[in-house]
Amino acid sequence: MSSKKQTVIMTPGDATIAAVLVAVDPLGLGGVLVRGTSGPVRDAWLANLRKNLPSDNALRKLPMFSNEDRLIGGLDIASTLRVGRPMIERGLLADADGAILILSSSERFSPQKAAIVAAAMDTGEIAIERNGLTTRSAARFCLIALDEGDTDEEVTPRALVERLAFHVDLSDDAAQEYDARDGVWSARLRLPEIKLPDALATAICEAAVGLGIASLRAPLFALKAARVHCAFDGRTIVSQDDAALAARLVLAPRATRLPSSERPIEGEQSSSQQRHPRDEEDEPQPSADELTDIILEAVKAVLPPGLFERADATAGGRAAGRSDARVSAKQTKARRGRPAGTEKGDPGRGGRLNLVETLRAAAPWQRLRIAGASEMPKVRVRREDFRVNRYRRRSETTAIFAVDASGSAALHRLAEAKGAVELLLADCYVRRDKIALVAFRGKSADILLPPTRSLQRAKRSLAALPGGGGTPLCAAIEASLTIAETIRRSGGNPILVFLTDGRANISRDGSAGHSAAMAEALEYARLVRTGGFKTLVIDVSPQPGEAARTLATTMAGKYVALPHANAGVISHTVSQAMRP
Amino acid sequence: MSTRYPFSAIAGQDELKLALLLSAVNPFIGGLLAFGDRGTGKSTAVRSLASLLPKMRAVAGCRYRCDPDSLDSLCVECKARDSRPSRNVPVPVVDLPLGATEDRVIGALDLERALTRGEKVFEPGLLANANRGFLYIDEVNLLDDHLVDLLLDVAASGENVVEREGLSLRHPAQFVLVGSGNPEEGELRPQLLDRFGLSVEVRTPTDVDTWIEIVKRRDAFERDPAGFCAHWQHHDARIRRRIAAGRRRLGRVVVPYRTLERAAALCIALKTDGLRGQLTLMRAARTLAAYEGDLEIDDSHLRRVAAPALRHRLRRNPLDETGSTARIDRAVAELLGP
Repeated sequence: MSSKKQTVIMTPGDATIAAVLVAVDPLGLGGVLVRGTSGPVRDAWLANLRKNLPSDNALRKLPMFSNEDRLIGGLDIASTLRVGRPMIERGLLADADGAILILSSSERFSPQKAAIVAAAMDTGEIAIERNGLTTRSAARFCLIALDEGDTDEEVTPRALVERLAFHVDLSDDAAQEYDARDGVWSARLRLPEIKLPDALATAICEAAVGLGIASLRAPLFALKAARVHCAFDGRTIVSQDDAALAARLVLAPRATRLPSSERPIEGEQSSSQQRHPRDEEDEPQPSADELTDIILEAVKAVLPPGLFERADATAGGRAAGRSDARVSAKQTKARRGRPAGTEKGDPGRGGRLNLVETLRAAAPWQRLRIAGASEMPKVRVRREDFRVNRYRRRSETTAIFAVDASGSAALHRLAEAKGAVELLLADCYVRRDKIALVAFRGKSADILLPPTRSLQRAKRSLAALPGGGGTPLCAAIEASLTIAETIRRSGGNPILVFLTDGRANISRDGSAGHSAAMAEALEYARLVRTGGFKTLVIDVSPQPGEAARTLATTMAGKYVALPHANAGVISHTVSQAMRP
Repeated sequence: MSTRYPFSAIAGQDELKLALLLSAVNPFIGGLLAFGDRGTGKSTAVRSLASLLPKMRAVAGCRYRCDPDSLDSLCVECKARDSRPSRNVPVPVVDLPLGATEDRVIGALDLERALTRGEKVFEPGLLANANRGFLYIDEVNLLDDHLVDLLLDVAASGENVVEREGLSLRHPAQFVLVGSGNPEEGELRPQLLDRFGLSVEVRTPTDVDTWIEIVKRRDAFERDPAGFCAHWQHHDARIRRRIAAGRRRLGRVVVPYRTLERAAALCIALKTDGLRGQLTLMRAARTLAAYEGDLEIDDSHLRRVAAPALRHRLRRNPLDETGSTARIDRAVAELLGP
């Protein structure tokens, strides 16, 4: 590195190192998940990446809203009509061959499109089987996913996250310039020659298992990252420092637990980060266990303390692509129902013209039509050829459960509510309906389960449902309403189900007090009525009282008293209400 | 991409590998569904079949690769031929890419020839390409429902009936349908589950040694694909010979009455829906015996295929935390002994 007037040699942060390593081996490492909002820090990170990339890798944008057609490619209608034979339009992924692809707001990318990108990353090519065309084109690219989500609801689709070696968080990285072009270039040349001792590969695998990482892609990326760092550092044999760094960058962000049985660390003064490259021959060989410990130490050093103290169930479920439901709902809106083939029709009357099918319908007549006419258009499409998309409209029903988890009866009530949700889900996935769950207790209402059809996901988030505390009924109504409105906007059919005794005692701002809380709750209940949502209030208190009944009346909903409710009865009641 | 990971080099995932091999020996088992964790090599295993399977004889020049020896499953064109010279061709393993449209799956009017020459010609789709081979759908739970329904229908009937754009034809489409997916993305409807012959739960291996083995092999493959494949070539060849031998033996495997009874008792104890479960169980057990060189089925065969043949056909009781696999293991232990 050339030192000019400022000779402050700053050690680059992990995020910057990740950028440099990706610049060395963009295809092998898959890419980087970059968490952080747009701003100078992220711009600086991207600038570092751009600067260090050799010129043969272009940076391209993958627009978040590009649809499936643009992603994969397909028939180029305009030139097909002009030329008179099918012309292919290359998709974004094929165009990105050899490039670095930048996806902004990756947390809002739909799982469907993510699966397409993931398939291309796995095979290095994109297969088109659409619109009567069959082609394959190379699509080897490196993906930089810019995740701007700041809530648990918004996460980048798992299929993508999985395939990106590094996950960096920019919130604690300073914006600094780092020029390592020479290093990157020579590392690329050196990379095929790098040797990785077997013991290190074993240690990385053991560390990955110990950290509760489920995917085998993680240790593979760690091995690659270790090699790349070794090459970047100008050596040919991967050292334990390379492995420790790779573990920090690749394994740490994926860790779901700390290793259960810790071996005492013998001798080694841990934290092996910034040591100078040593003579590889002279180094005393640490045992396999020691190697694993060194790697684990490197990981632990960057994990925030107390990260895994929460119940395992919630930690595991957190990253599980909660945005799925929301995004796919949005998609249903865009497509208005499930596509169910095409039919003859007039695009003017609300139908969406399907150009390919229209062309197909017109194709057999071309000879006849051209025979009588002059020369101009190559393809003659007439009104009777028009084909419009047909959609099967079937709006799915989503039952939003708001479960009172407060007070003494909570544990029992909760258990039955959980049981009812699971029973309903088993039924729902036959009919393709969904369930969402809001629990309220203490001072707030939490969305435990965003609308889902997955029994597995439901079980996991239900397992960690706590009980006790006050009754923030108002917050619960508000949260349920928000979900219901989202569902309705995307063409779904929400039903609100409240399992409560209706006795609110916590206001929206978290303050205690029965009468104020009640008044506020009823105010929100009127919003439910105004919205015209189908509502069911199930009174689960041992002595059914006026409070819940008033709530139901205010919401213009149905009131059911089930003082000894069990899961079966509740699910049956709700199931009846869900039938149209 | 060009070089596929060799089947024999896949460490762990024994159930998935067995299910694939059984499907290769006996396509009538009804395909398989592999559901499970990400990054466990589901796709790798399926795609590696392409270079593993023994070649097959097909009528030369036939676009459906008709079997010259099986007269009743010939396509219309082959039936009309006077002589059917044949050649050896690889067994197709067709990937159904996400975003594939219906016209390319079923086949459709050849747009190019229709537009340029005004000819009405059928352009075969992926179903035709997969005839006598495997059709693989990754992320099957992300595929549009109507496409999945269509695929299962064709897979069950072995024939693709095309009625569109004035085309009216049918062609053989016998293939083993292999689906894979991740339950996080949503579950499959039970009606669909039941249509797959076998179902495999793919889990991340839990023991460190298997991990190390998988990671090291994969790493070696990525660094030198050609050399790695050369090294595993003869392992693949051995499996290929076993598949061929298994196919020849399949017709001779005897099913004793006692074993039939046991299989029925197992299905009754587990309350599986319909008879498809028991049929698949018997077919899978018979195929396993053939593959392993046995000429009679006994309890040991039943025991090993019970879980993949039945696990997706159990009535679900959401309140029962016990997974399907555990319930089957328990029933197997009770009925067939530990």
